[in-house]
Amino acid sequence: MSAKLVQGYEVVIGFETHAQLSTQSKIFSRAPTAFGAEPNTQACAVDLALPGTLPVMNMGAVERAIELGLALGSHIAERSVFARKNYFYPDLPKGYQISQFEIPVVQGGEVSFMLGDEKKTVRLVRAHLEEDAGKSLHEDFIGQSGIDLNRAGTPLLEIVTEPDMRSSDEAVAYAKKLHEIVTWIGICDGNMQEGSFRCDANVSVRKPGAALGTRREIKNLNSFKFMQQAIDYEVRWQIEEIEDGRAIQQATVLFNPDTGETRAMRTKEDAADYRYFPDPDLPPLVIGREWVERVRAQMVELPWVMAARFVRDYGLPEYDAATLTQSMAMAAYFEATAKACGQPKLSSNWIMGEVSAFLKRQQIEIGDKELPSANVLGRLILKIVDGTISNAIGKALFQELCDRSRSWAEDFATIDSDLEAIIEAKGLRQMNDSSALEAIIDEVLAANAKNVEEFKAGNAKAFNALVGQAMKASKGKANPAQVNAVLKSKLE
Amino acid sequence: MTELHHLGVAELAALLQSKQVSAVEVATRFLARLGGNPHNAFLDIDSEVTLAQARASDAKLAAGSAGPLEGVPVAHKDVFVTKDLVTTAGSRMLNGYRSPFDATVVARLRQAGMVTLGKLNCDEFAMGSANENSAFGPVTNPWNTAFVPGGSSGGSAAAVAARLTPAATGTDTGGSIRQPAAFCGITGIKPTYGRASRYGMVAYASSLDQAGPMARSAEDCALLLSAMCAPDLDRDSTSLDVAQEDFSAALGHSLQGLRVGVPAEFFGEGLAADVRRAIDAALARLQALGATLVPIGLPRTELSIPVYYIIAPAEASSNLSRFDGVKFGHRAADFADLTDMYKKTRAEGFGQEVKRRIMTGAYVLSHGYYDAYYLQAQKIRRMIADDFQSAFARCDVIAGPVAPTTAWKLGDKADDPVASYLADIFTLPASLAGLPCMSLPVGLGDGGLPVGLQLIGNYLQEAKLLNVAHQFQLATDHHKQQAGAAA
Amino acid sequence: MSLTSTDIARIANLARLELQPDEGARMREQINAFFDIVTQISQVDTSGVLPMAHPLDAMPAMPPIHLRLRPDVASEPNDREANQRSAPAVERGLFLVPKVIE
Repeated sequence: MSAKLVQGYEVVIGFETHAQLSTQSKIFSRAPTAFGAEPNTQACAVDLALPGTLPVMNMGAVERAIELGLALGSHIAERSVFARKNYFYPDLPKGYQISQFEIPVVQGGEVSFMLGDEKKTVRLVRAHLEEDAGKSLHEDFIGQSGIDLNRAGTPLLEIVTEPDMRSSDEAVAYAKKLHEIVTWIGICDGNMQEGSFRCDANVSVRKPGAALGTRREIKNLNSFKFMQQAIDYEVRWQIEEIEDGRAIQQATVLFNPDTGETRAMRTKEDAADYRYFPDPDLPPLVIGREWVERVRAQMVELPWVMAARFVRDYGLPEYDAATLTQSMAMAAYFEATAKACGQPKLSSNWIMGEVSAFLKRQQIEIGDKELPSANVLGRLILKIVDGTISNAIGKALFQELCDRSRSWAEDFATIDSDLEAIIEAKGLRQMNDSSALEAIIDEVLAANAKNVEEFKAGNAKAFNALVGQAMKASKGKANPAQVNAVLKSKLE
Repeated sequence: MTELHHLGVAELAALLQSKQVSAVEVATRFLARLGGNPHNAFLDIDSEVTLAQARASDAKLAAGSAGPLEGVPVAHKDVFVTKDLVTTAGSRMLNGYRSPFDATVVARLRQAGMVTLGKLNCDEFAMGSANENSAFGPVTNPWNTAFVPGGSSGGSAAAVAARLTPAATGTDTGGSIRQPAAFCGITGIKPTYGRASRYGMVAYASSLDQAGPMARSAEDCALLLSAMCAPDLDRDSTSLDVAQEDFSAALGHSLQGLRVGVPAEFFGEGLAADVRRAIDAALARLQALGATLVPIGLPRTELSIPVYYIIAPAEASSNLSRFDGVKFGHRAADFADLTDMYKKTRAEGFGQEVKRRIMTGAYVLSHGYYDAYYLQAQKIRRMIADDFQSAFARCDVIAGPVAPTTAWKLGDKADDPVASYLADIFTLPASLAGLPCMSLPVGLGDGGLPVGLQLIGNYLQEAKLLNVAHQFQLATDHHKQQAGAAA
Repeated sequence: MSLTSTDIARIANLARLELQPDEGARMREQINAFFDIVTQISQVDTSGVLPMAHPLDAMPAMPPIHLRLRPDVASEPNDREANQRSAPAVERGLFLVPKVIE
């Protein structure tokens, strides 16, 4: 693997990602999971660990774990066990977190992605189900913290990789790919600001070939930008320490976006001793083959599977297919457009070109009213194909449609007649009347004697210049093929 | 007519259904007996709450919509949380705690019509065998107030024996229903693990805790158990999905041909002579009723002591972590910082035995010791459960003593925890296996203190146990004998 | 085997229990007395025996007990007032604790 070195050191990164699962209710209680409610209004007796309360498992959380496992080619454990991780913290109401320890529900698997034009694969160790903790609010109370347990009991999947990444670029690319997958299959809303997708990076450095160095864990990286900054800073810091002859101490560190630095958290001296044991309140989680197959059957088509189909069924280049499957909305827009015009490659060109540019310019998403529907775009492309308008006019017409930002009837007949109307009104129709074209071309030849000379002297470029002049003179309405033909005949 | 407080559950239910007495009359009569809190059996009484429930019951009786136990009083061990009464679990940690909900067992008995008299004293968080570990003082034994009532459901046993309530709920983790029932001369049953919902029971050891009724006869226990036991699938993941049973319906069977297994290990030299005499007589009586005695072996009986006292404290150390002074319960008044607040709060809130078990539990789970202690204990636990299965291949029920001795004097074992652990030897095996088991009075020992016979059945065989006990009680009157102090 | 006073201190800290010196000493004696009867379990040959985490998985009569799963429905109403009724310190709906330092 191409491990690019930093000051002669190899960087080794592993990830632990906490993805909040998009369930309605908590993992072990019936309280709602919605974000941003009044403090402790979504923490029921079970979430508060009131005496006598017991956990009851949410099927929706298990289903989402199965979906992730299927998406990443992991083994779904037929039998997995919930364990108690014991430690005291005010945002941990029971004094233990229900998690999975020895036997997680999702085992193995991998995430593949492109880093530049190099394909990278990161192996997963596991993904296990667990409950989220509450939040400690340090502001507004002098010398005290306020505890909000609304988040306590929100279902999490902790997704753990092997230390397979060798640079901050690769780490960020992995995180983006994982983010793309969990949001694509819809098990997590992926909102990093709200903490729905939190990454911890285990970072160490070593001389090539040496044993793994001591790692430090950067906690709660909640944006891709900070992720890169934090890892780069941490790598530099560790190398300096080693170069200055100091050994790295295993530690948990936090990234401070303001200073751009990482700082070791106050270490809990007994953090190492969580006294895990199987939770006696919860019998083993058993997942039958048939359930896994049921989930598989209901699952959405995965991005890479869809891309392969685009190549196979629509004959698109791999690049187009990969680009169009970066979001489900874009992929759907492409398929609808291709269906409306029967021209997959042209549809792809238009979406990656004009459409993307428009979206970027307006900073809007596919599905926004300002963007002509896929059917409209499809019929517009058809107008180009059947020679009603030139490609250049097509682009102008597309812009025209965007500016109108009107809602279109979706049946082809209406769309077609509407397009016709605009083409007429704006006089955009392509000129196919050859006598008119010949007149224009005679003028062009007369006005560009120099080009004619050069062409006759064997300069092909000069011919293209004449075509351009002719098109210009026809205000783009001439049919380029026809122009070619007529010019040729007149010049021979 | 006999004084109301001398009547059992079945008798009271009959009088109430036939409107010969009203629920308010019954409640008033029993409330009157609670004045001065005899034997320190009760921790919370609220006559307003009780009488309101009684009035509601009378309305139902009048409307003909009464439950089977409508208007019959019951008192709850203080580890069951209740909306209308304080729940302390016998701990300073929960002094004055009011739960926002009722335990499932409490709700089910209320649905059956029972009227709550109050909350009953117990060992702190149900940890103890003498009820001397309650933060609110020990309970005394109605047969002789110088002696302990047993534990941890000591308040429940004493209250029933002293005729302060016709019935009570208890919980049994390692013998906490059977042993106090034996010490106080009453009848109590712990059903199969998972039969009664644990929702609303302040957890001690989750894989062992089970609720059960304590009353004066097997017949009365059957009535309560039928109401208590039903699936609670929405609230308790360990609740068994087995249909509710009418245990009273199964009390009419003869013991002809019944095979009673007698484990040699329950009759070793540790067994006191007077207890042995009473147990032998009871076994002879079962024979006289048509049963045959089958010698069996439970070879790991002695191992059940270390196994239980590793597993239960391990689970307890984790279950009691929620008592941290943040969301509910006691918080220390002075502390330097968060950690100090935790440590002082828990040091002040927990009693010695609870602290000992938390320490033991945290230790056996801690890094480097888990395999040697907790995991090894879990493996032996399975061997103990398997021993029972081979035994049940040769017998229908198992019979033996509940405890090696009758009740001991208050304070005798207070400073020697290990001594009281050893006294649990005969109740621990069935608890570890999760089997149904019960205790019924079979006479008095030398000190005039009651002796209890333990019956152990296979999983879900509560009806069989209750029938054996009922047939025994039809033929004997040990269960009718009254505690000297209860006149 | 027997616990040292260092063990006792370590465990007490793990369990967040403040022990007075004499209390710690007494507890050490009592816990060690208990571990005297525990030693016998190490003599038991448990090779090939599955640990029993639960009585539910020892019931031959029944099908093996699996974790019961409930449908993903949010049905708990906001009951904050009742739930915080016994809280030592609450302000604006938040539980107050001594400052948490990370």
